[in-house]
Amino acid sequence: MINLIYLTVLLPLIGFLVNGLFGRKIKNEKVIGIIGSAAVGISFLVVLGAFIQTLGLPAEERSNTVELFTWLRVGGLHIKFAYLVDQLSLTMSLIVTGVGFLIHVYSIGYMHGDKGFWRFFAYLNLFIFAMMNLVLGDNFVVLFLGWEGVGLCSYLLIGFWYDRKFENGTTSQAAKKAFVVNRIGDFGFLLGMFLIYMTFDSLNFNQVFSRAASFPVAESTFGLIALFLFIGATGKSAQIPLFVWLPDAMAGPTPVSALIHAATMVTAGVYMVSRTSILFASAPVIMTLVAVIGLLTALMAATIGLVQNDIKKVLAYSTVSQLGYMFLAAGVGAFSASIFHVMTHAFFKALLFLGAGSVIHGMHHEQNIQKYGGLKKYMPKTYMTFFIATLAITGIPGLSGFFSKDEILWSAYANGGFVFWLIGAITAMLTAFYMFRLVSLTFYGTERFDHHHVHPHESPSLMTVPLMILALLSVVGGYIGIPKVFSGEHGNLFESWLEPIYAPAQAKLATFGSHTHLEEILLMALSVAAALSAIYFALHVYTKKPAIAENVSSRFKGIYNLLLNKYFVDEIYEAGVVQPIQKGSDLFLWKIFDIKIIDGLVNGLAVLVQSGSGIIRKIQNGVTQSYALIMMAGIAVVLLWLILSL
Amino acid sequence: MSSIPMEYYLILSAFMFSVGVAGVLIRRNAIVVFMCIELMLNSANLTLVTFSSYLGNPIGQVFVFFVMTVAAAEAAVGLAIIIAIFRNKKTVNIDEINIFKW
Repeated sequence: MINLIYLTVLLPLIGFLVNGLFGRKIKNEKVIGIIGSAAVGISFLVVLGAFIQTLGLPAEERSNTVELFTWLRVGGLHIKFAYLVDQLSLTMSLIVTGVGFLIHVYSIGYMHGDKGFWRFFAYLNLFIFAMMNLVLGDNFVVLFLGWEGVGLCSYLLIGFWYDRKFENGTTSQAAKKAFVVNRIGDFGFLLGMFLIYMTFDSLNFNQVFSRAASFPVAESTFGLIALFLFIGATGKSAQIPLFVWLPDAMAGPTPVSALIHAATMVTAGVYMVSRTSILFASAPVIMTLVAVIGLLTALMAATIGLVQNDIKKVLAYSTVSQLGYMFLAAGVGAFSASIFHVMTHAFFKALLFLGAGSVIHGMHHEQNIQKYGGLKKYMPKTYMTFFIATLAITGIPGLSGFFSKDEILWSAYANGGFVFWLIGAITAMLTAFYMFRLVSLTFYGTERFDHHHVHPHESPSLMTVPLMILALLSVVGGYIGIPKVFSGEHGNLFESWLEPIYAPAQAKLATFGSHTHLEEILLMALSVAAALSAIYFALHVYTKKPAIAENVSSRFKGIYNLLLNKYFVDEIYEAGVVQPIQKGSDLFLWKIFDIKIIDGLVNGLAVLVQSGSGIIRKIQNGVTQSYALIMMAGIAVVLLWLILSL
Repeated sequence: MSSIPMEYYLILSAFMFSVGVAGVLIRRNAIVVFMCIELMLNSANLTLVTFSSYLGNPIGQVFVFFVMTVAAAEAAVGLAIIIAIFRNKKTVNIDEINIFKW
């Protein structure tokens, strides 16, 4: 099955072509939905087959390259179109195709009746195609192909309802914002690629990584490479300073938010950092930067999430916050913990978004949680699954989120220090608070919607079944990564599965400080206790005494407004970056450079030729004899010249 | 033959050619211009014949026959054109036939 891995890329592409080219003709939603879902479903089976086959191999033979063809051959640069099937890419592929398949099925129900139904599935399949290239690529160029591809699909899908309003603008503005911000990150990634090629004379992963370990390269070069790559990662994975696009990406249909802006695409940055772990490990300064940025992003997004009223916005900021956790883990050298969190997060965050989609579906596209309330009895299945996902994200022991989050916090403590752990734990507490605020306002308390116009109803089983499967995964998904404290000598299965990928990086990193099991369990208990108290507080405030929330928000009006307006980051960017660029383009680039210099140059040349020819054309007066005279004069000059030169 | 030096013929030929050129450039009557062109052709013929005779190489004379043939054909075509122009414009004055321009 490893050799058939190209099918996982080819099938979604075929699905995209069929639905994209003939979808308008097919019209039948069932056929379109089945084509789209089957393409991804079969891909998932192929990946699963490759995974099982790889599991059967001894650890040192688990990394296989599947070469398809030579893509580029320019001078000394040979780029093969090849896929790298190893532990890391298989893990990511399983997440992408598995969660992707469930979301495709869900979309059949969610997008029912939409006039762009076929377009939606075409884009989704194109996205899976790009994402699979991203995670499977055997060199930076194939990765970059996928990297740009998912950016494009993200743009297409955020602006899917291009004729709808979104906040103060249109969905296409949100899509454009996402695309432009992503491009800024991509630019960093490109620079990183150039530098890698200059330094290591190759873009192939295996070659670059083995040379990174053996070539005598200055630490500053490593630092620059890692910095550029990290800039790329901040764009795609919505970290400070490029996180602003993700909340706006919620303009797209909810399954898109679940698939692209929670479970898969936004983890591309984490995957890339993890894939190039050796380069990051060789640049300790950048590692610290990654950890700090991740930590700050996690904290900042969590605080914003506390006061948002749009159900999808809360989840969007939650996603940014969780991505911050993943970068924190990568920054402190716990790469496998960050990928572990990618996986568990994919399960519970996809579930949360799909659950939110189900609520929105049942509430006639109302997204304001202040207008929900008491939905528990109307949509029991959605409520149950949403509740499980909430427990998972808050890190309640026994659910998947607990294992991954705890591992990250523990690594932060062991490698980063107490402050890292403390901020991480505070973020976990905030997460628990805003998630239960969301649950309380949505499913508990008084019904605040208009009963005459809104009739909440449970979604069809096409939507609830994927929810249930994801809920199951959110519960059990964590058990493949039980921390060493509990599992004893078996160790962490997930960590040992990924270990060969990170072995070179770990060798470069400082060794773990020695900490006792007691410390680990104590810290775990502390963070769980903090989360539980936050849950209790949120439930108390938002179901029993809503007055407290209003009191607090009016007493701390300044802070409340700051958070509600997302620290005014958008406004600052608007004033500090967008406006100057627009003004500069308007006043200088357009009115001076374009009109005066470029147009002036072209028009000036034309005027020059015109006036020159105005003089010369007088020669052509139609009198044959004057032509003959000029000819004679020419001959005379030539003769004269010949005679004189002799 | 040998009593007259070659230069005489060549000078005569150059003179005839110059007269032809001057005529072509100066005269306004198309027929006269045409005749001047014939004059230029014949001066060239004279040069060819001169050299042929002095160098003892008959190729020059063969050339002259060709030139005469072409000149005859050219005269026929040229006169025909002039007649056609005259029929259209009722004049053969070159100053009035200046349609060769932008």
